[in-house]
Amino acid sequence: MADLEKFRAETRAWLEQNCPAEMRKPMTSDGDTFWGGRNAKFSSDAQRVWFERMRDKGWTVPHWPREYGGGGLDGEEAKIVRQEMAAIGARQPLTSFGISMLGPALLKYGTEEQKREHLPKITAGLIRWCQGYSEPNAGSDLASLQTRAVGDGDDYIINGQKIWTSYANYADWIFCLVRTDPAAKKHDGISFILFDMTSKGVSTKPILLISGYSPFCETFFDNVRVPKSHVVGTVNRGWDVAKYLLQHERAMISGMGERGVGRPLGQIAADSVGADAQGKLDDAQLRSQIANFEVDEAALAAAAERAVDLAKAGQSHPAFSSAMKYYGTELNKRRYEILMSAGGIDALEWESDRSRGGARPRAWLRTKANSIEGGTSEVMLGIVAKRILDLPGA
Amino acid sequence: MALVLTEEQSMLRDSARGLISDKAPVAHLRGLRDAKDTTGFSRELWTTFAEMGFSGLLVPDQFGGSGLGCVEAGIVMEEIGRTLMPSPFLSTSVLAASALARGGSEAQKAQHLPKIANGSLLAALAIDEGAKHRPLQTKLQATRSGNGFKLSGDKAFVVDGHTADLLIVAARSAGSAGDKNGLTLFLVDPKAKGLAVERTAMVDSHNAARIVFDNVEVNADSVLGEVDQGFGLLEGVLNIGRGAVASEMVGLSDEVFGRTVTYLKERKQFGKAIGEFQALQHRAAQLYIDIEITRAAVLKALQALDTDAEKAATAVAVAKARAGTTATLAVQEGVQMHGGMGMTDQFDIGFFMKRARVCQELFGDSNFHTDQLASGKGY
Repeated sequence: MADLEKFRAETRAWLEQNCPAEMRKPMTSDGDTFWGGRNAKFSSDAQRVWFERMRDKGWTVPHWPREYGGGGLDGEEAKIVRQEMAAIGARQPLTSFGISMLGPALLKYGTEEQKREHLPKITAGLIRWCQGYSEPNAGSDLASLQTRAVGDGDDYIINGQKIWTSYANYADWIFCLVRTDPAAKKHDGISFILFDMTSKGVSTKPILLISGYSPFCETFFDNVRVPKSHVVGTVNRGWDVAKYLLQHERAMISGMGERGVGRPLGQIAADSVGADAQGKLDDAQLRSQIANFEVDEAALAAAAERAVDLAKAGQSHPAFSSAMKYYGTELNKRRYEILMSAGGIDALEWESDRSRGGARPRAWLRTKANSIEGGTSEVMLGIVAKRILDLPGA
Repeated sequence: MALVLTEEQSMLRDSARGLISDKAPVAHLRGLRDAKDTTGFSRELWTTFAEMGFSGLLVPDQFGGSGLGCVEAGIVMEEIGRTLMPSPFLSTSVLAASALARGGSEAQKAQHLPKIANGSLLAALAIDEGAKHRPLQTKLQATRSGNGFKLSGDKAFVVDGHTADLLIVAARSAGSAGDKNGLTLFLVDPKAKGLAVERTAMVDSHNAARIVFDNVEVNADSVLGEVDQGFGLLEGVLNIGRGAVASEMVGLSDEVFGRTVTYLKERKQFGKAIGEFQALQHRAAQLYIDIEITRAAVLKALQALDTDAEKAATAVAVAKARAGTTATLAVQEGVQMHGGMGMTDQFDIGFFMKRARVCQELFGDSNFHTDQLASGKGY
């Protein structure tokens, strides 16, 4: 305990000294997130300095082993780093699907060679990853995916199409689900494979969304040649890897709203609807919506903390991330409905500088994908019903 | 601090669960109700509670208790919630013990706390006056008289007030309804002249009391804490009670949910278990998620009460608000998913619905605590 308190004090002092003031302000645009990768650009000097200091300390991913570029911290220490960063509002120095999705799967299923090849490039922000899961005819029914990988000597030849591939047009590498045995039952013929997005035959096409942005792509594979050694885990057992990775993806998505939007909702609402002499919002219904939301938000934060602690104690159910994903995404949609209501007509401007290019309505529309991506809310409830509650039926 | 129970806390839970499920299953409450028992709980079982150290759980060591914290009290309350065991634990061991331990003089503590720990003294907290919990609106008047005070006014919903040997009464000694200043807590003997207790059997087959004070004389030594400055003490004690009742509601919700999921697997219609229907699967899953999130919020609040009193108020408001809505959802879904059987007195599920309604009102319902959160955050 005393050691942990010492660690907390050191962490606090180090962050105080090394986190630039600009990196402690709430993020206001997509450019504030640093994703790394071959073509990465820093949006400011402070962003670069903060990233480099954290990378050199091993704290882009504090809890990964040191030999793979992580900080080598145990669960308690990593929690302290998170808490101390949150206490000063420090931004994540590096965001990537390599950290939140591929890394955990590689640590569990990858060969030593695969870990040494890929993990250090993730922690150092050198390679940006994307996820090749969904297909036009394999959404909620992901295991019906049809992208084919056919053996050819030491290689596979991959043909097919993925969809909703987040940031595929910026990604350097892809982790991808492919069908390696079309004769087997649908869950049993899938493999999990890694390849470079600059490989011959890979192309991407951004999809314009209701927000006016294109965070997702269609991704096409036309006779893409990939070494068989790039399969993670056992050939035809890729569904195990895919499911394990999804648990981490869902945990990440459930926390999407966690960083909030800077100022408290009550203040944002007061700006537009006004308040009475006691400071109570002049819109009683809105006040009550915000208060109910904040009760649930605080409860969810406790549940997220507890989920980590339960996992550490070996007491968590592997499907619990589906429960958190369901609740977190529905809550984040509520947050943005409130923000839109609080903003009134000011939240409707789409292009002006005043509205920072319609940042709020675009973010509001983006949240509608939260309860679809990574498994819909309905799929999450089905998983909880069957895997946790053990209710009968297919 | 990790948001999971320690090994010692898990052992406490197991021993509380063992005792309560064995000696006081829901049938125990049903039996007391059917016999129209005017005490409303088993004194014999209360003695066992004392022997096992539960009644003195929050009483400091030097006064014969176990000196444990709110997390431990919450663990016992959660088990009480699972079987709806009627017990003076909340009124005496949580509320009165906390009030005395926090606000009592050495003499007051020495006089009462050992008796709470050994199970020989029952106490009750008299706060509410109107239909809703509004402690700041306390009107019961304390007027200075000689060396002490005279108390006049009405109290309602005094949990276990019908059996109490000692009342802790919130009174207005200065200012007017709504003021934080001017509240004083008094230790009052229920047999005092001018005091009339009416037992009120409640919808949940538990008991409370309406109490009328007609110029009840108390001396200066009866003041608990400081004259006119009782609100801080009262609020601290109420927050402990709120955390405890929130725990009871988690236990109650979890039990209703477990029984309901079992029923979904057993009951067959249209040739299959009704739990195969997606409409019910999704609702069951939503309820499960709701309960688990509330469970975390309640544990967070109990830990805050033990470690960080300043943060505790918000955490408690969140916990009690969540526990109220979760329990309300749990019992409604419980009855609905049991269909016609859920409406019968023969099935236990209705007992849970009734108790949840009472727990909602105890020390502020979900609306009250949600409003507290908003006001606390300045909107």
